[in-house]
Amino acid sequence: MIAAFYAAAAVAVLSTLLMVTRPSVVHALLYLIVSLLGTAVMFLALGAPFLAALEVIIYAGAVMVLFVFVVMMLNLGPSSSHADWLSPRAWAGPALLAAVLGIELLWILASAGPPSEGVRAIAPARVAESLFGTYLIAVELGSMLLAAGILGAYHLGRRETGRARR
Amino acid sequence: MSGQIALGLPVAAVLFAIGLAGVLVRRNVVVVLMSIEVMLNAGGLAFVTAGARWGLPDGQVAMLFVLAVAAAEVSVGLALVLRVRDAFDTLDTDEVSRMRG
Repeated sequence: MIAAFYAAAAVAVLSTLLMVTRPSVVHALLYLIVSLLGTAVMFLALGAPFLAALEVIIYAGAVMVLFVFVVMMLNLGPSSSHADWLSPRAWAGPALLAAVLGIELLWILASAGPPSEGVRAIAPARVAESLFGTYLIAVELGSMLLAAGILGAYHLGRRETGRARR
Repeated sequence: MSGQIALGLPVAAVLFAIGLAGVLVRRNVVVVLMSIEVMLNAGGLAFVTAGARWGLPDGQVAMLFVLAVAAAEVSVGLALVLRVRDAFDTLDTDEVSRMRG
């Protein structure tokens, strides 16, 4: 399990470095998704299975889909022809790193049992009890923040009718 | 103390530093937003590591709030990116730094 944590940490740091250094936004996005998946495996090794699932669903799923949508709407640059970014050079790196993470995940799931000595897995039930007990007001504040975020995004994203659109 | 807890905070620090470097160095607004995501994620990793150290769920609860904040920040930030693209016709942060009306 410690080896799994080391490997996931190495994958996350490497893919984050590659993300910052890629010139193309779409390639950087692919490496960012791999980085978030690596963080999810780290959560699993740290005894937080609930957050590992949420990291994949919300961060690597919903938030990254939002990024993909915006990159699509921005229609970036002349270099984004299909032949360019569908080349194996573009997707081989992220695919390889993601495959490493997938093998790790299978290995963790196969070696069922306590995560590791000294680390106790914290069950989702305990997280929920804490979330909706001690931190109930913070949950309400979070819902207000999300509502404000929706309104702000709607207001800012609305096109002005008078302005000519490219 | 087991290995992953000892290593969790250094890994979080390294990820945060890479994200900070991305914010400072890159000039594409979308990549800057992605680097901010990396920084938020590193902060959450530090929370979860600390929670695992004490065996308490509070660290995971904090990471849930980080997720909510990140979702709200990204939705507003990306809407702003679309507006910047409309108004300035560029995504270069240096070009947009003038902020004249």
